[in-house]
Amino acid sequence: MIPEIGHFALIIALCLALILALVPAWGAWRGNRVAMALAPSLAIGLLVFIGISFSCLSVAFLQDDFSVKLVASHSNSLLPPIYKFSAVWGNHEGSLVLWALILSLWTAAVAVFSSQLPLLVLSRVLAVMGAIAVGFLSFSLLTSNPFARTLPGAPADGSDLNPLLQDPGLIIHPPLLYMGYVGFSVAFSFAIAALLGGRLDASWARWSRPWTNIAWAFLSLGIMLGSWWAYYELGWGGWWFWDPVENASFMPWLAGTALIHSLAATEKRGLFKSWTVLLAIFAFSLSLLGTFLVRSGVLTSVHAFATDPARGMFILVFLAIVVGGSLTLYAVRAPAVSSRVTFAWVSRESLLLCNNVVFLVAVLTVLFGTLFPLIVDALGQGKVSVGPPYFNAVFVPLMALLIPVMGLGPVSRWKSDAVSRWRHELAIPAVLAVLCGVTLPLLHAPYNVWVALAVLLSSWLVLGLARDVWQRLRSRPGVARGRGRLTPGYIGMLIAHLGFATSVIGIVATSQYSIEHDLKMSPGESQVLAGYEFRFVALTQVRGANFLADEARFEVTRDGVSVAAMTPQKRRYLASGQVMTEAAIDAGLFRDLYVAMGEPVGDSGAWAMRLHYKPLVRWMWLGAILMAVGAFTAVLDQRYRRHRAPVHGSSEVALHGA
Amino acid sequence: MTLLRLLLLAGLVLGAARALALIETYEFSKPELEARYQQLSEELRCPKCQNQNIADSNAPIAQDLRKLLHQQLEQGASDEEILDYMVARYGEFVRYRPRFGGSAVALWLAPVLLFIAGIAVVLLTLRSRAKTTAAGTAALSAEEQARLRALLEKVERDS
Amino acid sequence: MGHRLKLFLPLILFTLLAITLFRGLSLDPSEMPSALIDRPLPAFSLPALGQARTLTEVDVLGQVALLNVWATWCVSCRVEHPYLKQLADQGIPIFGINYKDDDAAAQRWLDELGNPYRFNIADREGSLGLDLGVYGAPETYLLDAKGVVRYRHVGVVDENVWRTVLEPLYRELTTQGSAP
Repeated sequence: MIPEIGHFALIIALCLALILALVPAWGAWRGNRVAMALAPSLAIGLLVFIGISFSCLSVAFLQDDFSVKLVASHSNSLLPPIYKFSAVWGNHEGSLVLWALILSLWTAAVAVFSSQLPLLVLSRVLAVMGAIAVGFLSFSLLTSNPFARTLPGAPADGSDLNPLLQDPGLIIHPPLLYMGYVGFSVAFSFAIAALLGGRLDASWARWSRPWTNIAWAFLSLGIMLGSWWAYYELGWGGWWFWDPVENASFMPWLAGTALIHSLAATEKRGLFKSWTVLLAIFAFSLSLLGTFLVRSGVLTSVHAFATDPARGMFILVFLAIVVGGSLTLYAVRAPAVSSRVTFAWVSRESLLLCNNVVFLVAVLTVLFGTLFPLIVDALGQGKVSVGPPYFNAVFVPLMALLIPVMGLGPVSRWKSDAVSRWRHELAIPAVLAVLCGVTLPLLHAPYNVWVALAVLLSSWLVLGLARDVWQRLRSRPGVARGRGRLTPGYIGMLIAHLGFATSVIGIVATSQYSIEHDLKMSPGESQVLAGYEFRFVALTQVRGANFLADEARFEVTRDGVSVAAMTPQKRRYLASGQVMTEAAIDAGLFRDLYVAMGEPVGDSGAWAMRLHYKPLVRWMWLGAILMAVGAFTAVLDQRYRRHRAPVHGSSEVALHGA
Repeated sequence: MTLLRLLLLAGLVLGAARALALIETYEFSKPELEARYQQLSEELRCPKCQNQNIADSNAPIAQDLRKLLHQQLEQGASDEEILDYMVARYGEFVRYRPRFGGSAVALWLAPVLLFIAGIAVVLLTLRSRAKTTAAGTAALSAEEQARLRALLEKVERDS
Repeated sequence: MGHRLKLFLPLILFTLLAITLFRGLSLDPSEMPSALIDRPLPAFSLPALGQARTLTEVDVLGQVALLNVWATWCVSCRVEHPYLKQLADQGIPIFGINYKDDDAAAQRWLDELGNPYRFNIADREGSLGLDLGVYGAPETYLLDAKGVVRYRHVGVVDENVWRTVLEPLYRELTTQGSAP
């Protein structure tokens, strides 16, 4: 009964979404207040019904209702309850319902928190989001029904969730990622609403910014979690593979980063309007493209869902309508929203322009590289592969070129600035940065030129920020009043840029300094790696909730002092028979130690082991967390929270003038 | 002391049955060979898997290719020779870093061209925007310009 | 006008992308053509299964033939086997490569299930497989009379595969070979 309720709720949600997509939009076109005013209630109704549907699906999983096909193929009675719940989105059909749920959450949030938006704008924004919901809900109902049943003859038990997914990572990674992907639909909807209305002013940017920042923060966290999850789950110590599905999440992030900076310029100075609109469309289009790539089977990936070209066709048509439609609207209406604000060659605007361009080049490069095998195959030119060696070779230099500009950004002034001023402000940080770059890597043998370069660039960023903070604090008499200049917006920028610098150091240090050793070890033997002694103490058998494992116990010491006890496992899951390596990681702020078991060698209890030493690897993820924290902080800024009573005059104008 | 242990282990490994599935323990006669092994095994794609390099895959063919890689390195083949050897048997598909030639020329040139295009966009935009600024401020007298600067600084501080 | 055109650029690029993706839906990214197409069979010198002689690449010359890669550990090969017997009974020359297998087990298999192969190359280490670009079993190569590889099929050869893909090519090569 419950799956049927869920199914029905989903159908109702689709109807509501259809009404939301059509009626308020028509109302905005005709100036009909009643029609427009329906939008917020419809948005909330959408959330309610999708929520019901999602709950029903969750209940089916939690109650082991194996008559539902989805539960039978992705769950098992032995599965711990928390994984039964997260198994809801550990598959194609369920993850679509999650997508729809999060979309309805954002839509309702926009409806509730936008009291100062003119109704004309709000109705258009919500209508666009409703249209997107129509696409996803119909995709789900027509091609990927999560509530399909096998009746009669329900299986006695399920085939189990893929062991790789039986992990806390599954619980949070997809929801966070989807919060990001879907969140960009808000910026997208605002952009479309602006194009439809033919008006885009600084207040539009002020409305869009918090939503975009929050979405970007969630996406940063989602990507970071994916990387961290792959690191500790897969057993290779790798954290990024430039796999098509990973790229599918990274590209919206890159476009999103350009977008949040472009929005800053649009809000503060009213320029880059058509850039910003295009970036908003681009970021969300990349989210949709990602959905397509992951579910259509067009590219090979370890992360892809069970693929089906028929479903791919549906998404492609949806993609064509949404992206093609919005780009056409852009081409036709962009001149109506562009600006002729001027700025000098040397100014913050020009630096932001460089930022926009670098990120666009980066995202287009990644896009082209990801799709290249497909393009070559489609042209009948055979099969090629594009992997990490290519992406690292082209992406890293771009980021390296960006960082000097990034250091200048916070210090620069709007509209018109002078290089002599920059020289004056940043001379000391520059010199200190060079010093850091040359000397700090000496702390870790052997001296590595790439690490030196990374330290130089990151120090440049950090010291430049430090200098700017000091300037602000002492420019007014008394520290207390100076601190008033440190608005949440500024502090957010500070934290986010610091996070970026941290990630850069983490990535370069771990890529250059990691040491990895594969060798055969028997109980009683030890191996020294990077000054740490790994002693294989014992091999035991362990039983888990739904698996049996061989566990190796390692004791790690450094200079005779005990550092950690590590217990990697080789698990065999009972329901599926799958064998999996569970690596043991001793996490540290400055280094990770990593032990994974391979296969047994001979019969004497010896095993092939992989030992890793990975310095500063956590900094990469900490940096991402900082970036997200920074974005969330920026949203707290007063100017977004000022509750203005809607100015009646302007809403009249908005009704008739647009 | 460590080296001795390693050599002892190597002896054991070479004598062990071929039960090593996932993590093999290859012994290299020179340390730079091991570094090249790690690098090349990340550059070669497993022909059978869902987008994995041969270092990360536990498919039988990946194991065979790793063994082959080890042999070739010990025999003194250069990186290019090894890659050509693999490509001759499995096609360009097996290289994660596409060779610069044929269709891959577009792939390698694309970032460069995009970057140049980006610079062009920046320069052109700056040129069109800056023209009006220059024209605007030239009309002010020196004193007015000083006042303007002071006002702008005040606005900057307040924002 | 130039400015207008610039605005349409994203749309144009997207349209190209959409067309590529559409085309991509009908392609199979995991399908891999052999790198040896139109190249001669690599040289080898390996024992024959169940016979006391050594086989080389010369032994497959002289007729259009199928070269089937199989092993006793390969479940799909067992599925494929009866159809290969059918083809052999029709007079299609089939040679086998016993890939990374155990001789005794392979011999038992052939005794039990029948032997469609003219002869079997015992590739215990997989060296010939590596030279051919084999990445799993079963695989079937189509060779012409001069020993040049013309096609590779990955997976089970059944009625459908034979009729739609292999047979037409086989017939074509046979008539080509016999033409003056």
